[in-house]
Amino acid sequence: MSEREPVTMMAAPIHLDYVFTAGVAQSKNLHGLEEGKFIGQRCPKCKKVYTLSRGSCPTDGVPTDEIVELPNTGTVTTYCVVNVPFAGQSIEIPYICAQILLDGANLSFMGLIQEMPTDEVRMGMRVEAVWVEPDELGPTMASVKYFRPNGEPDADYETYKEYL
Amino acid sequence: MSERCAVIGVGQTVAKAKREDVSIAGLVREAALAALDDAGLTFADIDAVVIGKAPDMFEGVMMPELYLAPALGAVGKPMFRVHTAGSVGGSTAIVAAHLVASGVHERVLTVAFEKQSDSDAMWALSVPQPFSAPLLAGAGGYFAPIIRAYMHRSGAPGDVGMMVAVKDRLHALKNPYAHLHLPDISLKMVEESIMLWDPLHYLESCPSSDGAAAMVIGSERAVGAATAETGRPPAWIHGMAMRSEPTMFAGRDQVNPQASRDCAADLYRQAGITNPRKDFDMAEVYVPFSWYEPMWLESLGFCDEGDGWKLTQSGATSMIENGDIPWNCSGGVLSSNPIGASGMLRFLESALQVRGLAGEHQVADARRALGQAYGGGSQFFAMWVVGAERP
Repeated sequence: MSEREPVTMMAAPIHLDYVFTAGVAQSKNLHGLEEGKFIGQRCPKCKKVYTLSRGSCPTDGVPTDEIVELPNTGTVTTYCVVNVPFAGQSIEIPYICAQILLDGANLSFMGLIQEMPTDEVRMGMRVEAVWVEPDELGPTMASVKYFRPNGEPDADYETYKEYL
Repeated sequence: MSERCAVIGVGQTVAKAKREDVSIAGLVREAALAALDDAGLTFADIDAVVIGKAPDMFEGVMMPELYLAPALGAVGKPMFRVHTAGSVGGSTAIVAAHLVASGVHERVLTVAFEKQSDSDAMWALSVPQPFSAPLLAGAGGYFAPIIRAYMHRSGAPGDVGMMVAVKDRLHALKNPYAHLHLPDISLKMVEESIMLWDPLHYLESCPSSDGAAAMVIGSERAVGAATAETGRPPAWIHGMAMRSEPTMFAGRDQVNPQASRDCAADLYRQAGITNPRKDFDMAEVYVPFSWYEPMWLESLGFCDEGDGWKLTQSGATSMIENGDIPWNCSGGVLSSNPIGASGMLRFLESALQVRGLAGEHQVADARRALGQAYGGGSQFFAMWVVGAERP
């Protein structure tokens, strides 16, 4: 036995499923997505509107009880073009991964931009959400297929510089 | 801080893509034994062990510290695990030092590691979250938009990141422990490497490494004993600080996070630093993607906000160009990235410098140095100041 090489690697695949209890606050957002709408929640103290809120303001630590319906449009505050393949990737590379600030919101979130060449994306670009077919809508972010340019002139840097 | 304490021994493995000759236990033990040897000690002399690594999902081994206790001589002794994502190596060293500074222990062994070849960190960092689109593409995909925001905000020319990529790889040629040794590195080579996460080229990104780092932190009494035994000087700890902030809140400055600025302010107050560029002889700072050098130069107060890229461009941070404030003389994270150990390597390298034991990448007469690590979504920060003088 002693002359045999040590085993240097063995693959041990592990599968993990988990159940996530969304809770009251996130259910509001998820029900919005089910209806093809973005739901924001406003902090009673700082008045900031959070998208995909977890139900409390991270700065003030108070419940964000006020519901605000947000429009389908927003601004790309910053972005990168992903050109790296990795295990489990579900989108064809290269793709644009952008921070999107919905109009009237005070927090951006990461969104996919499609229907345009990747080298034409820019900070300040105006975009709109493209939703799945009505019968496919569900309480999930997968209800939003992607965002695309909506043709409006680019937003002024001053309007989004705090949300990069 | 109450009791004075210092680094009395350091050890690190050579960082490389695959350490197929050792398990995780073998890897951490190698670094630990090297640190004990440097301190003139054995496992029997150690009071407690503090260990850190990046998220468990990286190797798929949950709570590895439990099975690593025997390999680290920790059976029957207190053992602690620290979790602060990529900054963990720094936070782990600080927790260990706190145990000595508080007077609880005399000698604490601290270890950090990552065995990226056992894992797929790119996958682990890209697992879709329940309420967001499946867009995340590793750490680069997270940080590239922040870098773009920095470039826009500061008006930096597009090649500054590439200059850092070249500089740190040239430094790495002086460090036998570094993973990447690229003697032909040049701006052209970086520019011609594939654009992975526009604006980041492949060669502006850190490698995936296997590696471990370890240090022994000792009380003033332990320092005296170690120095008498080995003849090697300690690296006194002049200050240490940690801060964190949430990943998302309205108006969060991800380019220059509040937690980073607060952490540096606390640290500098403890160590009496008023002008970082002048007061430090060198710095080891967590720069996993090239542009983080100018960004952290600003955040850490080495220059005014918006001027970090000018400092990099001037050669001030380059050993090769005899800059006045060399950064990452070891080659930094851009040259070796055993994730969990990367933060500790910054702390360890700063200690090596003020002990005068950094070999070919030693900064002449380094008396005071900064070690910094960050992690998560630029939200966890750990920093220390070490010096040749007893504080």
